[in-house]
Amino acid sequence: MMDLRELYQDMILEHSKHPRNFGPGEGANRHAKGNNPLCGDRVEVHVKSKDGTIEDVHFEGKGCAISLASASLMTEMVKGKSEAEARALFDRFHELVTSKGPIDMDRYAELDKLAALSGVRDFPMRVKCATLAWHTMAAALDGGGDEVKTE
Amino acid sequence: MSTAKPIVAASLPYDVEAVRRDFPILSREVYGKPLVYLDSGASAQKPHMVVERMRQAYEEEYANVHRGVHYLSQLSTQAMEDAREKVRGFINAERTEEIIFVRNATEGINLVASSWGRAFLKQGDEIILTVMEHHSNIVPWQFLREEKGVVLKVAPIADDGSLIMESFEKLFTGRTKLVAITHVSNALGTVTPIKDIVRIAHAHGAKVLVDGCQAVPHMKVDVRAIDADFYVFSGHKLYGPSGIGVLYGKAALLEAMPPYQGGGEMISSVFFEKSTYADLPYKFEAGTPHIAGAIGLGAAVDYVSSIGLDRIAAYEHEVLAYATERLGALNDVRLFGTARDKAAILSFTIHDIHPHDAGTILDREGVAVRTGHHCAQPVMERFGQPATIRASFGMYNTREEVDTLVRALQRVREIFA
Repeated sequence: MMDLRELYQDMILEHSKHPRNFGPGEGANRHAKGNNPLCGDRVEVHVKSKDGTIEDVHFEGKGCAISLASASLMTEMVKGKSEAEARALFDRFHELVTSKGPIDMDRYAELDKLAALSGVRDFPMRVKCATLAWHTMAAALDGGGDEVKTE
Repeated sequence: MSTAKPIVAASLPYDVEAVRRDFPILSREVYGKPLVYLDSGASAQKPHMVVERMRQAYEEEYANVHRGVHYLSQLSTQAMEDAREKVRGFINAERTEEIIFVRNATEGINLVASSWGRAFLKQGDEIILTVMEHHSNIVPWQFLREEKGVVLKVAPIADDGSLIMESFEKLFTGRTKLVAITHVSNALGTVTPIKDIVRIAHAHGAKVLVDGCQAVPHMKVDVRAIDADFYVFSGHKLYGPSGIGVLYGKAALLEAMPPYQGGGEMISSVFFEKSTYADLPYKFEAGTPHIAGAIGLGAAVDYVSSIGLDRIAAYEHEVLAYATERLGALNDVRLFGTARDKAAILSFTIHDIHPHDAGTILDREGVAVRTGHHCAQPVMERFGQPATIRASFGMYNTREEVDTLVRALQRVREIFA
């Protein structure tokens, strides 16, 4: 059995208590809202994008430790990346948290700090918590529109 | 088959260990820890008598009902109709045909909204709900609002989760046609003063639909004493199988209502020019029903009746009072729903820890609770709380399990310290 500390690593707890880039941000030009109907968690992602580069990204919302930490880490990780790179990172992150069986973390080196969320793999009910902000960011890059739902 | 309560047993102390032995799943472990199942409000576990009765139905008596002239069809039909009669006795309905088998309470409410609502409500007619309804007692009426232009009015609750009767009564107008209200709130555990509610509604000429999902497992329900026009509940919360539920309706109302779904079993005769419908209850039971489910529900009714709802209620009340006292004594625990009259449910949060995180940690301690909005988002909104942890108790829970919950909460604190 996996230890709970694998899920709730110090970095996760720290980011959930002190989320980075929390708030509306300044000069954001892409916005989207996300909602996890299962638990009522809501998140808004504000992206400042220029010429295909994410110059800044902020988020607001309420949620569990996993969703807040994931959103916070996401903002740190995608800032300065191109939109294409950010989407590719989401794909890799999604692959990591939904993969089954033994895993070679070396293959996911580019995820850097996000590896702290790899414990979510053993808690399938929590994958939606870990990916809500990412889905919402992708929607913001797509131009917002309807609220993103994890269900 | 007799469903009479053994009077001698009723005077004996409640033997929870004997009850627990009837539920095989309660002796299993999860993550190497003894299971502490505190999620009966979502779905209750099943005593082996129910499972055995369903096995027997499938292995020894099974055929389609109300169709074949052959032996097994008669046997199966008899077993299902016996179950209907048991349910009638259980809620003290006047007539057996007032018991309509549906999939669950949700389907029962949808049936009433669709059939009675469409036939008898007009634009501008008003339906009174309360803020603490389950989504299943909100959304079907919203469908009706979209289709017919009926008006939904929502009765508020006080900070302790009790219905504010003065405000409720003020919502009535000459156009109020229905009150659709829970008997016991699934999110807060509040028991509503249902007899007063029905009396007030009837005085204003309105009908009353009662959502009894969280009531029937925990207290003796008498639909005639309540004078409910409709009363719905699900089998799976009453220690019976999932996929079977009950709509009770007063015969005169059910008779006046058009069918809900069309198909076999609900017809009297079918010609392409015109079909005529079967009598109650079959008019509302189109298609092959959940035969073994109905029979299993009958067995569940027998089971709880053999122990006695009054004894179950008294025992559960003690456990709930103990849990309320223990959790209430914790400085970092906030209870939601502290009304005087409550049943079986304790909704709470711990510190500022999100209920989902707490739920995951409790789970690893073997404690199964529900976390989230409990399909009752308006009442969560009322308390400004997107989610809570809900411990819900059944006839098999013990004080020791409450102690385990309290210890497991300490583990939650440790991880989030």
